[in-house]
Amino acid sequence: MKLKKINWTHQYTLLVLVALSFMVSAHLSSHFLDPTYLLTASTNFVETGIMALAMTVVILLGEIDLSVACNLALTAALTGVLWAHFGWPLPLACVAGLTVAALAGLGNGLLVTRLQLPSLTVTLGSMALLRGAAQVLVGDHSITGFPNWFIGVDQRVVGPLPAITLLLVGTAVAWWAFLTRSVRGRMTEAAGANPVAARLAGIPVDAIRVRAFVVSGLVAGICGLMMTSRVGAARWDMAQGRELDVITAVVLGGTDINGGEASIPGTMLALLLIGVMRTGMGLAEINAETQHVAVGILLAASIAVPNLLKRRNRHKAVNAI
Amino acid sequence: MRVTGNLLRRMVRAREFGVMAFLVIALAIAALLAPRFYAPQNLRNLLLDTPLVVTVGMGMTAVIVCRQIDLSVGSIVAVSGMVVGEIYRSHPGMPTPFAMAVGMGVGVILGMGNALLVTYLKVPSIITTLGTMSIYRGLAFVIAGGRQINPNDIPARLVSLSITSPIGIPALALVALFIFLLTHAFLGWSRAGRAVYATGSNPDAARLNGLAPNSIIAGSFIACGALAGLAGVMYASRYGFVNPAQTGNGFELQVIAATVIGGTQVTGGSGTAVGTLLGCILLAAISNVLTVAHLSGRWQLAAYGAIILVAIVADSLGRRQSMKVAA
Repeated sequence: MKLKKINWTHQYTLLVLVALSFMVSAHLSSHFLDPTYLLTASTNFVETGIMALAMTVVILLGEIDLSVACNLALTAALTGVLWAHFGWPLPLACVAGLTVAALAGLGNGLLVTRLQLPSLTVTLGSMALLRGAAQVLVGDHSITGFPNWFIGVDQRVVGPLPAITLLLVGTAVAWWAFLTRSVRGRMTEAAGANPVAARLAGIPVDAIRVRAFVVSGLVAGICGLMMTSRVGAARWDMAQGRELDVITAVVLGGTDINGGEASIPGTMLALLLIGVMRTGMGLAEINAETQHVAVGILLAASIAVPNLLKRRNRHKAVNAI
Repeated sequence: MRVTGNLLRRMVRAREFGVMAFLVIALAIAALLAPRFYAPQNLRNLLLDTPLVVTVGMGMTAVIVCRQIDLSVGSIVAVSGMVVGEIYRSHPGMPTPFAMAVGMGVGVILGMGNALLVTYLKVPSIITTLGTMSIYRGLAFVIAGGRQINPNDIPARLVSLSITSPIGIPALALVALFIFLLTHAFLGWSRAGRAVYATGSNPDAARLNGLAPNSIIAGSFIACGALAGLAGVMYASRYGFVNPAQTGNGFELQVIAATVIGGTQVTGGSGTAVGTLLGCILLAAISNVLTVAHLSGRWQLAAYGAIILVAIVADSLGRRQSMKVAA
């Protein structure tokens, strides 16, 4: 009960920060309040967001998946190569790319559960392997010339809203409903909160872990296709370092990096915060490095400040006694 | 107590044996695929490719043995390189040992930042250093102010460190060797070094035994920072430039990979300087073999990934075997 309360406070803090960064951004640039611009800008964060949602579950289970961005790049590269060099029909190439992405996730999951290897090292290895494979496939070229139906997914709209932003929101709602309203979701939460107790209660903890890695891989693959469609090209160095943005969104959202406690609304709020900050700073012509610094400080402070306050309160409580 | 000690020693030995075996296999393949690998000039290149990773790898070994991780080393390399480069720009006469001291000083300060967040504010190290990786990288950009350190800003005597030394081997390799020996002696034989292992194996037990896990963790972050700072100066010597975006970018992964391949467990409590040294040499040898064998640079990353996975899987299987033997 108490934990829930802390979590809510965290989300209120995030909300306040979102509002604050919104106001600062609006103050910095008058273009910021243009709704069309904001909606277009939101499509830049969809891949990070969708991957962060899957990562939330992976981290809830006490694991981590550093290989997502590299899996994204491999899917894009493989799909591109199969289509451009081997003459496969594009839909078939996409399916092949997604299959490999899911298999890569399965590989991570099996190494982590069967051999009881730490996911940090496993996915560090697969990170290099997957991006390396993408590099072997396409070298330093970019694959371009995708057909019209495939490119520009970020330009599709449903009414006034970009379709992929809606997709992100829909995915978030689906994850939230899954984790809080379905039996399997509750089992997943239990497996994260206390794996030993969950195993004794008959919950297939290892199978759930494997599934989380497979979903994380598959989702990364989908994002690979999405990014290829957005930029109209497939390259081996796509989304380099993006795994850090993804993990930042998850942790900033209040998910415990050691597992056991996770929050889908928190991840979305954190993503919104990062999105507003980055878009605002971008409009104010603040360079990418400064943006990274701001997000880095935010990440460290989001954990350090509550810990500092907790420490203060504990001292006060001790003194009162 | 003695039995577990012996068992531990046996396991550690077996683990290094594994990396050693990999290295021998890689070198044998090199002899078959690309005999030119053994040309003196190429072996020299190999000596030049490893010092930076070895230097920082020694600090990373201590950090990972403590159950922590430091993702910020690449950014520390960049900050230290920029600071030293800027001083060279205004004071070209700065003596080399002084430059190294400045680099290490910068590293100590940045390492203290990590240590403070991890030990005092209890921010998990992966989050702390994920954050400081961006923050320190940004700092490098601030110091750079839109310019990079160019080859003509770096004095010839610093560059000569990566070319030769009185005994023929590049001085940078000697510096790395010295740091390796120091770390080996420290982790293996000193009281504080053993405390690092105790902390990583079981922080609570370490505390109950009168050790101070927080100070030990802080110490390992500061040492790792200092070595990354030194590596910043070595970078300037080896490559002749420092660029705030490029310098040390992705370096943290190379270092962690070498450490992990060398048998250090990310779950803490085990790992040796010798293992990390072998891991560094193995990674450098692989990338060198690929170059010599005319397999373009394109294969390097995939080979790294494959070798990391094979090494940790082999290590895990080997450990199971030794557990069975022990039982």
